[in-house]
Amino acid sequence: MLSIIRTLWDVFLHAFRKRVTIQYPEQKAYLSARYRGRIILSRDPEGGERCVACYLCAVACPVDCIALQATEDSTGRRYPEFFRINFSRCIFCGYCEEACPTYAIQLTPDIEMGEYSRQNMVYEKEHLLISGPGKYPDYNFWRVAGVKIGGKDKGQAEREAPPTDLRSLLP
Amino acid sequence: MISPYPAVTLIAVLFGALTIAGGLVWAERRLLALWQDRYGPNRVGPFGLMQTLADMIKLFFKEDWVPPFADKWVFIMAPAIVMFTVLMSFVVVPFAPGIIISDLNIAVLFFLGMSSLGVYSIVLAGWASDNKYALLGGMRAAAQMLSYEVFMGLSLMGTVLLAGSFDLVDIVNAQRHMWFVVPQFLGFVLFMIAGIAETRRLPFDLPESESELVAGFHSEYSGMKFGMFFVGEYIGILLVSSMITVLFFGGWRGPVLPPIVWYFIKTCFFLGFFILLRAALPRPRFDQLMAWGWKLMLPLSLANLLVTGAVKLAFFH
Amino acid sequence: MYLLFYISGAVAILATVMTITRLNAVHALLYFVVSLLSIAVIFYILGAPFIAALEVIIYAGAIMVLFIFVVMMLNLGERAVEMEGKWLSPGMWIGPEILAAILIAEVVYLLSRPPVEVHAIQYVEPREVGLALFGPYLIGVELASMLLLGALVGAYHLGYRKPEALENPDADNTDATRAAAGGDLVRAGHDRPAGAA
Repeated sequence: MLSIIRTLWDVFLHAFRKRVTIQYPEQKAYLSARYRGRIILSRDPEGGERCVACYLCAVACPVDCIALQATEDSTGRRYPEFFRINFSRCIFCGYCEEACPTYAIQLTPDIEMGEYSRQNMVYEKEHLLISGPGKYPDYNFWRVAGVKIGGKDKGQAEREAPPTDLRSLLP
Repeated sequence: MISPYPAVTLIAVLFGALTIAGGLVWAERRLLALWQDRYGPNRVGPFGLMQTLADMIKLFFKEDWVPPFADKWVFIMAPAIVMFTVLMSFVVVPFAPGIIISDLNIAVLFFLGMSSLGVYSIVLAGWASDNKYALLGGMRAAAQMLSYEVFMGLSLMGTVLLAGSFDLVDIVNAQRHMWFVVPQFLGFVLFMIAGIAETRRLPFDLPESESELVAGFHSEYSGMKFGMFFVGEYIGILLVSSMITVLFFGGWRGPVLPPIVWYFIKTCFFLGFFILLRAALPRPRFDQLMAWGWKLMLPLSLANLLVTGAVKLAFFH
Repeated sequence: MYLLFYISGAVAILATVMTITRLNAVHALLYFVVSLLSIAVIFYILGAPFIAALEVIIYAGAIMVLFIFVVMMLNLGERAVEMEGKWLSPGMWIGPEILAAILIAEVVYLLSRPPVEVHAIQYVEPREVGLALFGPYLIGVELASMLLLGALVGAYHLGYRKPEALENPDADNTDATRAAAGGDLVRAGHDRPAGAA
């Protein structure tokens, strides 16, 4: 009996506590930089697309919401011809980000992507591509990769030794 | 004591009860939220006051479905009974001098009779739904309300003894010098517990108990039929609070302020207390509920009646 | 007042007829409740509001709820309705019809005679009912209470089960079990022999 009255009193005292609710549209909850929200495609510091259309993200995606088609430009750089993410399927697991070898695909702390029409949840490449480098400001895949592309030959990448001349006898 | 314009009183009481019940839905959600460190509905209108109206509109536009396996007419009648019995009980409640619909000389018995007829609503709803959860809820309701009715009536008899009348106006007038809660504290506690059980409120909402029986007796109800059970429950709380005020806390009596304001303040206090009970206490098991009712509450109310009668006979005869 | 009396009387008779002829037990009981309520109204009109209130509280509010409760527990289905239909054969009616005919004959005889002295309707206060019960009719009240006590003891005896016959004693007294285990609910009941209920 006494415990019931004490319970009532304790609950009543909660009237004077601070409320934990965040009044959402006016107040926003803090989301950390590593929060897994809306997916973007980033660019390297020089402004080129980071994505090399390797399909690893599409393979890693457990709900198959990523679709893309690889192609090559005149200089030999691979890039996606189209890149489509169906956000009505996406479960924001972040596997695509982990699979990506070039830091191109990244998840951002943005969750406000409600739509009235399901079709609007399908994001094309122009919706996904941002102008900055995202979470990795200095990384530039084509600068460190040993692949030969237009304007950069083999051995010209950062911290890369010149290629061995197979026909030279010098050590 | 009856007002010169009974029809005006009647309409005022009807609208007042329904409006307060509607406000109570909002007040309960806000208060529960307050005690759980939340805000509750605060979007629709100022402080969310229009929330009940929005809920009502939603309920009106829901499909009003009668299950094909249900006993159709009993199914439709059940929600009407609860509204009818609870609203009828307001006939005898004296809100203030002159503001009473009918000054019956058996008002307490009328209240008890109406609350005992209210059981039918729940039992028939459970039976007519032809659903095992609803049936279990209805059976629990029948056993619970029948048991708690017994000592609800007995707990009131001490008050009736002291006032020497079944008339609620006489009972209020008999509290001129002292509220009956002082000499009848046990009766007050017992009546309040019985009142909670009669209105099927938490912690005694076993007929509904959503964690075990889906929604108990109103599992199959939708739309405004469900709404009638819902509003009926809140009018029931209002009724029990009013009865506690009238029977134990001097009704409209109080200094300075006009009588109706005093009545309203006291009733609101008990409404708040009912909501606090809901916020704080867990639901007992059904056998515990029945054991309390028959093994603790009934002997206590009988003892209360005996002692009150003996004291009255010895000192005030 | 006379009109109200005749209306509620007609409702009572109609509801009682429906009570007898309904095949579904719950429907029959509902009509019976209506019949009891209309009888309560008649009591009120006749100047006995206390009895009217008791009729509603005890008969309509408590006893009939118990009836419905039992019918709900029995879970009567289509077969019960069929059986009721078979039992309600015209042959069934002969006995009640003869008895009712005797009553009708009595009524006709009474109506044919000049009206006897009828007491005017007298309002009976709850206080007077109490004084009558505990004054001149005290022995009747005591006899009834003895009868009820007998019924109560009998019901208790029939419903009594020995505590150890319960299926799961722990579920019935969690508090005692917890106290016995010293608050250690993991080990609670370990000292009981295996297989014991």
